[in-house]
Amino acid sequence: MNDMTEPAFSFDDTSEALIPAIIAKYPEGKQASAVMPLLDLAQRQMARQTGHAWVPRAAMDAIARRLSMPSMRVYEVATFYTMYHTKPVGRYHLQVCTTTPCWLRGSDEVMEACRKAAEADGETFSIEEVECLGCCVNAPVVQVNDDVYEDLDGPRTEDLLDRLRAGDVPPPGSMIGRQNSAPEGGPTTLFNVGGGKQEGGAE
Amino acid sequence: MPKVTVDGVEIEVPNGYTVLQACEEAGKEIPRFCYHERLSIAGNCRMCLVEIEKMPKPVASCGQPVGEGMVIHTDSEKVRQARRGVMEFLLINHPLDCPICDQGGECDLQDEAVGYGRDHTRYEGSKRAVNDKYLGPLVKTVMTRCIHCTRCVRFMAEVAGVPELGAVQRGEHMEITNYVERGLSSELSGNIIDLCPVGALTSKPYAFTARTWELRKTDSIDVFDAVGTNIRIDARGAEVLRVLPRLNDAVNEEWLADKGRFSIDGLKRRRLDRPWLREDGKLRPASWDEAFAAIAGRIKGLDGSRIGAIAGNLCDAESMMALKDLMGALGSANLDCRQDGATFDVSNRAFYRFNTTIEGIDEADALLIVGANPREEAPVLNARLRRRWVETPGFVAGLVGAPADLTYDHEHLGHGGDALKALLDPAHHFTKRLAAAKRPMMIVGSQAFARADAAAVLASCWQIALQTGMLTAEWQGFNVLHNAAARMGALELGFLPGDKGKDIAGMMGGGVDVLWLLGADEFDMSRIGADTFVIYQGHHGDRGAARADVILPGAAYTEKPGTYVNTEGRAQRALRAIFPPGEAREDWAILRAASGALGRPLPYDDLDALRARMIESYPVLGEIGVLRRLGHGGGAAPRGDSGSVSDAPFGRAFATYYQTDPISRASQTMAKCIEEIILPRQIAAE
Repeated sequence: MNDMTEPAFSFDDTSEALIPAIIAKYPEGKQASAVMPLLDLAQRQMARQTGHAWVPRAAMDAIARRLSMPSMRVYEVATFYTMYHTKPVGRYHLQVCTTTPCWLRGSDEVMEACRKAAEADGETFSIEEVECLGCCVNAPVVQVNDDVYEDLDGPRTEDLLDRLRAGDVPPPGSMIGRQNSAPEGGPTTLFNVGGGKQEGGAE
Repeated sequence: MPKVTVDGVEIEVPNGYTVLQACEEAGKEIPRFCYHERLSIAGNCRMCLVEIEKMPKPVASCGQPVGEGMVIHTDSEKVRQARRGVMEFLLINHPLDCPICDQGGECDLQDEAVGYGRDHTRYEGSKRAVNDKYLGPLVKTVMTRCIHCTRCVRFMAEVAGVPELGAVQRGEHMEITNYVERGLSSELSGNIIDLCPVGALTSKPYAFTARTWELRKTDSIDVFDAVGTNIRIDARGAEVLRVLPRLNDAVNEEWLADKGRFSIDGLKRRRLDRPWLREDGKLRPASWDEAFAAIAGRIKGLDGSRIGAIAGNLCDAESMMALKDLMGALGSANLDCRQDGATFDVSNRAFYRFNTTIEGIDEADALLIVGANPREEAPVLNARLRRRWVETPGFVAGLVGAPADLTYDHEHLGHGGDALKALLDPAHHFTKRLAAAKRPMMIVGSQAFARADAAAVLASCWQIALQTGMLTAEWQGFNVLHNAAARMGALELGFLPGDKGKDIAGMMGGGVDVLWLLGADEFDMSRIGADTFVIYQGHHGDRGAARADVILPGAAYTEKPGTYVNTEGRAQRALRAIFPPGEAREDWAILRAASGALGRPLPYDDLDALRARMIESYPVLGEIGVLRRLGHGGGAAPRGDSGSVSDAPFGRAFATYYQTDPISRASQTMAKCIEEIILPRQIAAE
């Protein structure tokens, strides 16, 4: 019985302000459909209040009461989806992609750097190996909480983690200054495009 | 009505049938794990695959509705191959621990593996293992054996109405759990043991006790409530090892409440296995002759009006008949079976029966409960009420009495007589809803009659029933729910004060000089006069035995053949599974022997003769298993004055569901239920 370690939970004012709007999205009598957004809301509230984005059981019970559904049904949803954390995670939850493109581009080193950081300081960093995050062009990538950091390698990852540890959160995206998913080091095609007239193909 | 062809045989089946049901109709057996007639369709085990012509792949027959002209093959090579494949996948993660598994010998997976399993495994990876879950003191889990059919989850959510089980995680990591590691709080939780097709959920008290083929199986009737659940007693040697429900659609379908299933360990503890005699304030072991001599000595010369008898809650009709005859022979009219002090109007059977019948619940569309908690007093019946609520849009339910979680939505209309009086007003919003319903029913708990104004309660309830259309020629919606298995039998036998006879209150405080308690333990023994000579005939050393001057050891319900009448008035017969312990005897035989010792021998020497006499006098008790369902036949209303109901609240029938009688009080399993299910919740609530 883990009741002792489970923190208490109640929705704070910020969350409360959002709940009616969320529930109103669903038809009358189908308010249980709001369970997923409310779980997300609870997880974000936990991040706000404690720094750790997870859903304690008390939060699931609170959601069950709010939506008049059995607690068990909330537990089922929360454990089914990997984006809800039913155990505490670090202040920065690192989701390291190890799918083929990232792996080919050196995700092993990224993983190693993250693992070291998580082992050294579980309070700050927690680590999760995930499948494709959809940023293959800028592989390898790591998702930190809500944001994806791209074009990493071992040293750059360590640098990123150092900055996170120091509370200096860099802007998400490429870590080598690449613009979106444009080619590394600047454009390689369409050099003659200008003056508003576009011609097809490279010269 | 679509016509389908099953393995070359053309049959016609009702609309909405599934392919599986059609195949069964055609006499074909379809293997299945997740499908169950009384639960919703899940379709996740895939074992019931059949081939349907013009469909490209094998189809899970449990979830496929029949269509006109379907040609179904249940035993083609393709089907067998597909099922073998399913079986191989199911067995990948299933441990090979049948020799130490309690389900062994009655396991669906084991049985089907004989037909569809391979002789060896092709799987070389590592099997998954799952932590066992804590589901309370009744259900033992070995979750590695689970094949995720979700029958238990569906049962708890749909039938029991206590959705405490679920499937967490997903895919390879899916687990059946209650997540919170707290005992299941349903009174029907034992049924998930029967439902589990493998050995993942087994009976905790029965763990490692016996193999199914060692057991002697005896048909019997459950006595822990007045539903009359049909049970099968499994015994080995002189020991009852477990109790399982039998199928009876009219009564319990296939469910059994936990008290009936698990309190049997109480049958082995605190038993009275020899006569006892009180001498100088202390009980000493005695012989039967000494015991009878003591009784004869005390009764000799006593006027019949100074002798009384009280029948308990677990008695069979035969023993009560014998006691009634004995009291008659002694010239006593002081009989009572209502230990709770209830008063029933026995001028009309409709006033104290469950008239709608349990099957009739399936037609009701509105419900008023007065002074009862069916969830505690008749869990199986409550599951039926719940199903009706689930299936019927617009089903309304109201409760007058102690607030309770009935597992279905209901309006709490008040605590006592004032709420009842308010309902007499046709303008009351709930009365209007009852009147608007086509087939409204009312359930009045026997607790509602255990008060001074019982006649007025009955009259008010009857009047509400009349006003709201519960009493018509086709529909009799007035019901009394008893909570003692013996009560209806006793009422049918007229085990009630006769002419100038005293009732239980009259027999207390020295109202009689000799008091014969037939398994009567459920009243305050200190009310009995200090000089009253108490004869306790029963099977457990409980409250009655503690007060007794003479103890006559009787038989528990598993140890004697007997007739029990359930709350509907349905007489059912139980058979003897084992013999009573030690010198204990069947109760009717004790009474017959006592009558001889008292010089007034009863006119029967065997049970058949007793039964013949009983049935001759009370034909209802001879109509075994059948029940004529009657509409309201007119007739006079009860005599009470409906206006004089006092405002006092209706009480609860039991302090706790798990301990209500001598057997369950002696049961360690039931004590554990209180400790592990009731107390933690009470603490959490505080």
